[in-house]
Amino acid sequence: MSVGLEHFLILSAVLFAIGLYGVLAKRNAVVILMSIEIMLTAVNIAMVAFSRYSHIISGQVFVIFIMVVAAAEAAVGLALIIAIYRSRKTVDAEKFDLMKW
Amino acid sequence: MPSGVIFAIILLPLFSFLIISFIFRPFFNHRPQLSWYTTIGAIGTSLALSIWTFIEVSAQEGHVLAMPDYEWLAIGDTVINIGVTVDALAAVMLIVVTVVSLMVQFYSRGYMHGDGGYIRYFAFMSLFTASMLGLVLADNLIFLFLFWEGVGLCSYLLIGFWFHKPEAARAAMKAFVVTRLGDFGFLVAILLLYAKTGTFDIGELQHLALAGTLGGAVLTWAAIGVFSGAMGKSAQFPLHTWLPDAMEGPTPVSALIHAATMVAAGVYLVARMFPVFASDATAITTVAVIGGFTAIFAATMGLVMNDIKRVLAYSTISQLGYMMLGLGVVGMAVASGTISTEHGLTLGVAVGIFHLFTHAFFKALLFLGAGSVSHATGTFDMRMMGGLRKAMPWTYLMFLIASLSLAGIWPLAGFWSKEGILAQAQDTAPILFYLAIITVFMTAFYMFRVIFLTFCGEYRGKAHLHESPLVMLLPMGILTILAVIAGLIGVNEFLGEHSYGFFEALTHPLAWASLCLAGAGIFLAYAIYGAKWLSAASLRQRFAPIYTLLSRKYWLDELYENLFLMRLMINGIFGLFHWVDGHIVDGAVNGIATVTVMGGSLIRRLETGQLQAYGLAIFIGIIAIVAFLLIFS
Repeated sequence: MSVGLEHFLILSAVLFAIGLYGVLAKRNAVVILMSIEIMLTAVNIAMVAFSRYSHIISGQVFVIFIMVVAAAEAAVGLALIIAIYRSRKTVDAEKFDLMKW
Repeated sequence: MPSGVIFAIILLPLFSFLIISFIFRPFFNHRPQLSWYTTIGAIGTSLALSIWTFIEVSAQEGHVLAMPDYEWLAIGDTVINIGVTVDALAAVMLIVVTVVSLMVQFYSRGYMHGDGGYIRYFAFMSLFTASMLGLVLADNLIFLFLFWEGVGLCSYLLIGFWFHKPEAARAAMKAFVVTRLGDFGFLVAILLLYAKTGTFDIGELQHLALAGTLGGAVLTWAAIGVFSGAMGKSAQFPLHTWLPDAMEGPTPVSALIHAATMVAAGVYLVARMFPVFASDATAITTVAVIGGFTAIFAATMGLVMNDIKRVLAYSTISQLGYMMLGLGVVGMAVASGTISTEHGLTLGVAVGIFHLFTHAFFKALLFLGAGSVSHATGTFDMRMMGGLRKAMPWTYLMFLIASLSLAGIWPLAGFWSKEGILAQAQDTAPILFYLAIITVFMTAFYMFRVIFLTFCGEYRGKAHLHESPLVMLLPMGILTILAVIAGLIGVNEFLGEHSYGFFEALTHPLAWASLCLAGAGIFLAYAIYGAKWLSAASLRQRFAPIYTLLSRKYWLDELYENLFLMRLMINGIFGLFHWVDGHIVDGAVNGIATVTVMGGSLIRRLETGQLQAYGLAIFIGIIAIVAFLLIFS
């Protein structure tokens, strides 16, 4: 069995689904942040795979950019979570409901 | 003669109004006499020009002067002209209006002396005279309606001249609203006639009506609409209630507007449109019946009033009814074919307008006499008068002559014009004739009741009595001369009625019948109020129900104000409007607001503040969009 584009895309889709599940279902804000990273990784895999199979190198360059932005995003996200933890003594996402009616 | 002269007759008093209002009132307020001089000058010149016009018209074959029309408005294909009709009818009306107006202005100098609104008074009087002269000259309905409303406005302003008195302000409002009811019908009729014929020109409408092009139900309704305007202005039943209340205005105003000229405008209108009315039997019968009924109906109320001006007001309504009756019965004869159309048309106008002509002079004189009396006694209540003959001999003499003239005593002016109407009524409409001849008796009775209560017996008031100044007596004197001779100077022949010789009139049985009835009326008044053979108080008790009915004016004021105005209009229709406004209009506005607030409070429950709920919603949304694109693209 040779490995083709489909396999990369299936892997990407599975990873994306796991990430999405984590974002929507987990309570811990740190876990949600981690799940977002998984979703980004899934997109990166799909992008690299398309880039490889279509011989357009700019896809791979984009992935590098995405990883840089994701690192910055993770730093800002973790900082926000720490700030919330300091004021509310919790990182449970269901407790962050100040912005309701 | 140049057409400019005719327009000058209207424009001179109008300029007088403008100069007084915009120059004298702001800049020469400390010299009120200037406004009087201006008014007298303008109306005096109008009188001179009117006499010139009259002479020119009488010299013409057929008594008509042709005058050019000027274009005023062009709206699409509709052209409205400014034009004048100068015929015998207009010429006679010009003389009546300018003569009475000039006499009243002279009199007003004495009567209004020292009044705070002196300048305003003469400004309104000038405007009124201009409007009235325009009304009698206008040759198309739009132009006529403009002046028609103009005299109505001046009437309102002058009835409410002492607007700080609540009764005066109320009376002015009442006059305006009641006449407006009639004017509505008039306006509808003008539009109806225009819709059917495409013209506003009175001459053309007359031709169309006579030729039969304009006829049927349209003509009937249009004529009745025009007549409803005339009923409002001329205070004919059932729109008569405003005129007695209009006596709240200054007395010279009552003499000019509410006795001699404006209230006669309705009669003039019917006379001007006479061929239109006479072409339709229903319409002209309505005119005759309303006129005949009003004549006797108003006279009965005049029998019991204690206010001298109110007696005169009811008398005016009654006499206006006579004029309508005169026009109506001749028109009925024309409509039924008893007399030839050509003869009947001039005869009808002559019979009606001749009475208008004589009535203007003696009724204006009676009002000026009443003003002179109140100038001395400070009241209009006849119970506070009596015995004024000694203190005011001239006023008494002139009032007596005017009363005799009104009662129709030979050979004074009222006799000739009233005989004309009675003779025509006798030929055509017997029932109306009997009503009219009973009214002759009542007229003589109430006028001599006034004379005996006011001038005879002992003085019952407290004021210091004095004769009025010369500036008031002189115009009264001129009107007295006219009240004597107006029937003899041939105005009826000028208008086209056969006139009897000075003694020839006394050979007719009808003349004797009405003279005897008038004499009986005078004798009865003497028996009750002069010699006191019969006690007025015991008569009042014996006929208490009738007395109450008459003195409460048949409860018509109560009927109109309580039933129509309060119950029907205010509680009924206005109540309905109020309910609709409160419940449906406001309800819709409030309902929309309530639904929005309730909907908002429901929908905002969706905003949970839960980060993951929003995330799920975004995810579902994307899935939905993708599914949509996949299925439908």
